[in-house]
Amino acid sequence: MNSTKSKTLALRSCEDIVHVRQAVRAWMVERQFSLVDQTKMVTAASELARNSVDYAGDGTAQIDLLEECDRIGIRVLIEDYGPGIANIEQAMTDGFSSGQGMGLGLGGSKRLVDDFEIWSEPGKGTRVSITRWK
Amino acid sequence: MERIPILKVGEFLLVSIQVDMHDRLALSLQDDLTAQVVAARAKGVLIDISSLDMVDSFIGRMLGNMAAMTSALGAEAVVVGMQPAVAITIVELGLALTNVRTALNVDKGMALLQTLVHESSVIDSHEFHEK
Amino acid sequence: MTTTTPNRIADVLARHEQPILEDWLREQLAALSARQDLISEVDLRRQSTEFLTHFTPACRTGNLTDITTPEWKPGCDFLGDVSRSRAIQGFSPSETATFVFSLKQPLFSRLRQELGTDAAALAEEMWSATVLLDKLGLYTTEVYQKAREEVIKRQQIEMLELSTPVVKLWDGIIALPLIGTLDSGRTNVMMENLLQNIVATGSSIAIVDITGVPTVDTLVAQYLLKTVSAARLMGAECIISGIRPQIAQTMVHLGVEFGNVVTKASLADALAYAFRQIGCSITKSAPRA
Repeated sequence: MNSTKSKTLALRSCEDIVHVRQAVRAWMVERQFSLVDQTKMVTAASELARNSVDYAGDGTAQIDLLEECDRIGIRVLIEDYGPGIANIEQAMTDGFSSGQGMGLGLGGSKRLVDDFEIWSEPGKGTRVSITRWK
Repeated sequence: MERIPILKVGEFLLVSIQVDMHDRLALSLQDDLTAQVVAARAKGVLIDISSLDMVDSFIGRMLGNMAAMTSALGAEAVVVGMQPAVAITIVELGLALTNVRTALNVDKGMALLQTLVHESSVIDSHEFHEK
Repeated sequence: MTTTTPNRIADVLARHEQPILEDWLREQLAALSARQDLISEVDLRRQSTEFLTHFTPACRTGNLTDITTPEWKPGCDFLGDVSRSRAIQGFSPSETATFVFSLKQPLFSRLRQELGTDAAALAEEMWSATVLLDKLGLYTTEVYQKAREEVIKRQQIEMLELSTPVVKLWDGIIALPLIGTLDSGRTNVMMENLLQNIVATGSSIAIVDITGVPTVDTLVAQYLLKTVSAARLMGAECIISGIRPQIAQTMVHLGVEFGNVVTKASLADALAYAFRQIGCSITKSAPRA
């Protein structure tokens, strides 16, 4: 898997969430992903970016355009050094929220993308990676 | 700071969300809208999201809030112009948005508002007469 | 590595460029005799001439074995373009590869002229040339294959779109009659198509008719439900018609809950419902004689 283009954005304020959305959208438009694919990926990225800003405030979003021999994809990797998630399984169930949200961020995002990976340790931080293939 | 404009159209208010909103902007819109509903004594609010190319759980919650607040102030609210890709994504994401009335476009939304306002005013006058 | 060998081919190409080009063209035209409709002699000459302008300098670098290096990039890119255009135009794979392979004969005959007396050198040169042209020929075939696959993919998408036509039944009422087995790819396209159509026509009711669908499994049922939910979110109503007894039973057994989705057994029932919803009523008057 090759990354043909990479960009890292800070995730500190709510405006940063918009920057991530716009960057993901722009690259997907450029590579001619379908409109529904774009919307799903941008929405998932927005959910995860917001989680990071709300709970950590010191995170980054790394966006990569991927190329494998027969397909292209886009990946967003969100990393922070925030409080981490104690019970990932619980966090992934719809309706569960430790904050003010509707509790759809993690589980919902997973449904919107093709590949979803999450690592988290309480007190250390969280890393979530989402990928959509064309 | 930029603010989303709210237009008065007869006895209704029209909000057209055309920018990629960040959270603070969304919250100030909620404030502005509730203030305007009271100030203009609006009977209904039309929220046009035809330019929104993405609705995540935060924006969804905000739309739900705006509808609920409008309702609490005695006015009707209709959200119009949701793009198909957005609708598909919201369904996949699992956002409920059950308390939000929707219509395909501004025309239909206005017609719906008229019906809703007329219905509630008929009920009001009915109750008044019975007293 | 013998330093004199690589340049022999380049020398031959440089010294006999015009005759090689003419011979090469003759070989190509003979092989493509039936394809004058797809490419004219003028274009063939232009392509061949241009290829040689990349081929000769690349040979002169001395690298005749690895075509993935930068010095071979212009040549490979040009071959890629030729293959892709031939794939789209409808040439067969061998007709496309002929472009490269037919260069062998003219090249070999000139090599024989130059090195006729030195059998060992001639054998080595011809072997190098063969290996090189084989690699380039295979490369054109690979590019050709990829291009054909892209054409097929595009045609599949077009067919999918054709097979999910949305029809207008009345002002504000559209219908999507589905026929055949539904797989996730098709259902996805159908969903997007229908929703876009709802916006485009400003219809308040969409009827998805599944009379022509033999089986409905959980996945398809879920897609239908998602379509209904999405339409509702947009402010339109989506109803499902054509649910046959077997399908109704299957869905109950699968535990699919159609909840507050309106379903009708026939498209006619669905249409009657739709008329009521939009406030239309049908009155009967005497039929025209």
